[in-house]
Amino acid sequence: MRQLVVIGNGMVGHRLVEAVLDRDPDGTWQITVLGEEPRPAYDRVSLSTYFDGATETDLRMPDLSATGNVELRLGQRATGIDTESRTVTTSTGDTLNYDALVLATGSSPFVPPVPGHDLDLCHVYRTIDDLDAISEAARGARTGVVIGGGLLGLEAANALRLLGLQAHVVEMAPWLMPRQVDEGGGALLGHLVEETGVRVHTGAALSAIEPGDEHAARVRLGEDHIDTDMVVFSVGIRPRDEIAHTAGLRMGPRGGVAVDATCRTSDPAIYAVGECASAAGTVYGLVAPGNAMAEVVADQLAGGEATFTGADTSTKLKLLGVDVASFGDCHCETPGALEVVLNDPPGRRYAKLVVSDDASTLLGGILVGDASAYAGLRPLVGHQLPGDPLELIAPAREGGGGLGVDALPDEAQVCSCHAVTKGTIHSAIADGNDDVGSLKSCTKAGTGCGSCVPMLKKLLTSAGVEQSNALCEHFTHSRAELVEIVLSTGITTFSELIAKHGTGGRGCDICKPAVASILASVDGGHILEGEQAALQDTNDHFLANLQRNGTYSVVPRIPGGEITPDKLIVIGEVARDFGLYTKITGGQRIDLFGARVEQLPAIWGRLVEAGFESGHAYGKALRTVKSCVGTTWCRYGVQDSVAMAIELELRYRGLRSPHKIKAAVSGCARECAEARSKDFGIIATENGWNLYVGGNGGFNPRHAQLLASDLDSATLVRYIDRFLVFYTRTADRLQRTAAWIEDMEGGLDHLRSVIVDDSLGIAAELERAMDRHVSNYSDEWRGVLEDPDKLARFVSFANAPETPDPTITFDTERDQPVPAGPVPLGMPETPPATSGSGPTETPHPNPREA
Amino acid sequence: MTTTTLPTRADTGTDVWVAACPTNSLIPERGVAVLLPNGDQVALFRTHDNTLYAIDNIDPFTNAAVLARGIVGDRGGEPTVASPMLKHVFALRTGICLDNPDVAQRTHRVREHDGQIHVRAQPDQHHDVR
Ligand SMILES: Cc1cc2nc3c(=O)[nH]c(=O)nc-3n(C[C@H](O)[C@H](O)[C@H](O)COP(=O)(O)OP(=O)(O)OC[C@H]3O[C@@H](n4cnc5c(N)ncnc54)[C@H](O)[C@@H]3O)c2cc1C
Ligand code: SF4
Repeated sequence: MRQLVVIGNGMVGHRLVEAVLDRDPDGTWQITVLGEEPRPAYDRVSLSTYFDGATETDLRMPDLSATGNVELRLGQRATGIDTESRTVTTSTGDTLNYDALVLATGSSPFVPPVPGHDLDLCHVYRTIDDLDAISEAARGARTGVVIGGGLLGLEAANALRLLGLQAHVVEMAPWLMPRQVDEGGGALLGHLVEETGVRVHTGAALSAIEPGDEHAARVRLGEDHIDTDMVVFSVGIRPRDEIAHTAGLRMGPRGGVAVDATCRTSDPAIYAVGECASAAGTVYGLVAPGNAMAEVVADQLAGGEATFTGADTSTKLKLLGVDVASFGDCHCETPGALEVVLNDPPGRRYAKLVVSDDASTLLGGILVGDASAYAGLRPLVGHQLPGDPLELIAPAREGGGGLGVDALPDEAQVCSCHAVTKGTIHSAIADGNDDVGSLKSCTKAGTGCGSCVPMLKKLLTSAGVEQSNALCEHFTHSRAELVEIVLSTGITTFSELIAKHGTGGRGCDICKPAVASILASVDGGHILEGEQAALQDTNDHFLANLQRNGTYSVVPRIPGGEITPDKLIVIGEVARDFGLYTKITGGQRIDLFGARVEQLPAIWGRLVEAGFESGHAYGKALRTVKSCVGTTWCRYGVQDSVAMAIELELRYRGLRSPHKIKAAVSGCARECAEARSKDFGIIATENGWNLYVGGNGGFNPRHAQLLASDLDSATLVRYIDRFLVFYTRTADRLQRTAAWIEDMEGGLDHLRSVIVDDSLGIAAELERAMDRHVSNYSDEWRGVLEDPDKLARFVSFANAPETPDPTITFDTERDQPVPAGPVPLGMPETPPATSGSGPTETPHPNPREA
Repeated sequence: MTTTTLPTRADTGTDVWVAACPTNSLIPERGVAVLLPNGDQVALFRTHDNTLYAIDNIDPFTNAAVLARGIVGDRGGEPTVASPMLKHVFALRTGICLDNPDVAQRTHRVREHDGQIHVRAQPDQHHDVR
């Protein structure tokens, strides 16, 4: 086996290992990775989200050591390379042999040697450790100064702002982000940044940092000064090339390890990738070129001939809420190039296109304030302009940017993160990938920064793929559109809805439960009342969960997971008396399995008598609000998480929704209730509650994202009211909150504006709808027990109501009853339906609440 | 509705007809299960236009006796029931599984008589698929 040593476990080092593994299924390379940082590789590009609710785990990149061929040595630095003996020495005194060596040591922030640069209050912004040090220092601090007004400097300024400091940005150039934007764009950018409360000082040169009296220090800017408690340097990066230099490798003209087109250094056994490499004299400070180099090296190691010939340095970012994009020759350096500028400060937008001297070819551009045209414009760089350049940047009409995808040539890059061209996407579509999800997994496009996703949708549409959101053959409407119809027409029955708005026919197992859920959430009333009863799927019809042998499981509500010993005993007695299998669920309650249809009313009767009610484990509805013990018992708790969970569960119980909804409340930041894996999760803070939305477990786990922080209890409840009603009205059938937010134009930011800022002016109506739900709520089990007509349906056979279904029998396993007979293994063998409308929900051999 | 635990027979000629339930207790588009004298089970339905259908109650894909609890509707105009187990859709007229035409449920004739719905104990012979 050949030995591959990788120095550096940053973003590009990580990608390299991933790429080598991809091409080396037989494990011919044994890989050792040396990482100086104490933790495995993380997403440095998203580092700033650390101050916006993301945790170290959220940022972590996929673990690669599972294959067995990768040894990750964390907290170990490479201290020397001997190119003669082909060995690397490490900070722990080990010596590693290599057949191939890859340098992926990245870069370090440059700290200018001004007087005072080494004071304790000076920080840099590159690693998680740096960010931890900054948060620590921010405690008790009031003011922070960021030296450097580039991309990273603005991110750092935002971080200080989020930490509650008055942030200042000092930039030597006459405007912010001088590398990416020109003077006009910079002027607007400066203006928009100041609006966020950050003070901007441009054309200001740092001369010294002096220890101060009232504040910790005084930052001297020539004549001027700023008094501050903290300084963050962000003036540029220096490639970490020391170890390569000492080993005698050739350096690039402006630092960095010189590499050729195959990313080889002057020693043929040694490669360099990412920010430590100097390719054709250029050190790239972006991750996409680094990733491209990693792919090249992996290909070379696998015997391929890939080369790196430069990379796109286009960027699109949202900094402090301001969109900034620059691409191609944005500074108009091509001889004879012309500029077309649209400068509209009152409209908060600046746009510039750089075109060839004959105005026929797009060369580059800058967008500030509104970067919606970016996705359409960037792929056009180097290509014939489809029309008048001013048209292309004129204020966005429908769809933004006014540019059709048909204008793009096949070789135009649609996704710059993964270098995917329009041609590649077209062939993927031709191969049958007919939605954004499958395009993403097949081509990787859209899985980087995500800015090309709107483009993918347009490409699908232009390829004639109908992205129908019709519910099923009986309705051409989406679920959200049907909600609109029901709300505006006041229709209360399925018959009327399908007669007036359907395509004919009598409905099916897709539209009937969906409409039942809509009617229930709009109208209230018992779900088994009148015609409604025939719409419900079996779980809702029998108010219990169907199991694989035709029996049901019963889950009484235990709000917040809190239960008295007496009630616990009742559950035990009921289970024992009816011979039910019991299991504790993940939602902090108890599931009783194996009840036959005709037993359900008697079981509920006992439970209801003891004060229980339906837990809605069967419905697309609110399931549980889990909690930790919080201040009630826990030494660390800062709020009463149990009381809050109970209040929320009782408020939202019975709420019908497009998919199940789960929630949790944690009593402090330790997050023992796992609230961030829920559709809405609440984490207590010293000052109130942080609200997270869009999390879920299951097949495709998602972490909930921060929607609002430090809310008082009343505001928290109002925001959740709005969130839930907005979700139940606008989501697609079987779409969980995470996918719903992802699909929303503007994503989480848009959701926040609707929920927190009431940008659509619907907050009051959403709250009223929730208030109606709360006052209309009644227990569905009790509703059946009190109504002889409904009770009459709970029989095994119409002609033998008390005769147990003879096909249901049980074995005993671990002292409990379980369905007898062989377990059907997954899906039965059924070819997919030719009509394309076969079984639609993901089949699960043993559906249960989890 | 009958309260005995054994199904009653209503014999006419050679056919054995089983009294299932009173006419007015079968709700449109919602099935009931009926136990036959030989222990077989059928799922009995009334569609929106008042037509009665009966097909085997046991879902052939999972062997659970649940088809009577499926959602009744139509696919392209053909009246159907969707199994609540793995959502396979069966045509009520023919018993054929529309998601897998190699599989079919047996069908039974149904009639209304004296305020009672009756199901014929013997399955129909019109297709022999299993
Ligand atoms: C706050 C921030 C925001 C950013 N935003 C963007 C953005 O929006 N878009 C974009 O494209 N790029 C962005 N970048 C830049 C991007 O993160 C880098 O381009 C990318 O991380 C480079 O990857 P790398 O592997 O070369 O270096 P790094 O990710 O820095 O990894 C190098 C690793 O090697 C380790 N190391 C160094 N020397 C040794 C040694 N001798 N032995 C062992 N280990 C060693 C280092 O500790 C480090 O962990 C951002 C960077 C920061 C800091
Ligand atoms: S989340 Fe905090 S309050 Fe709740 S149990 Fe854990 S440590 Fe205690």
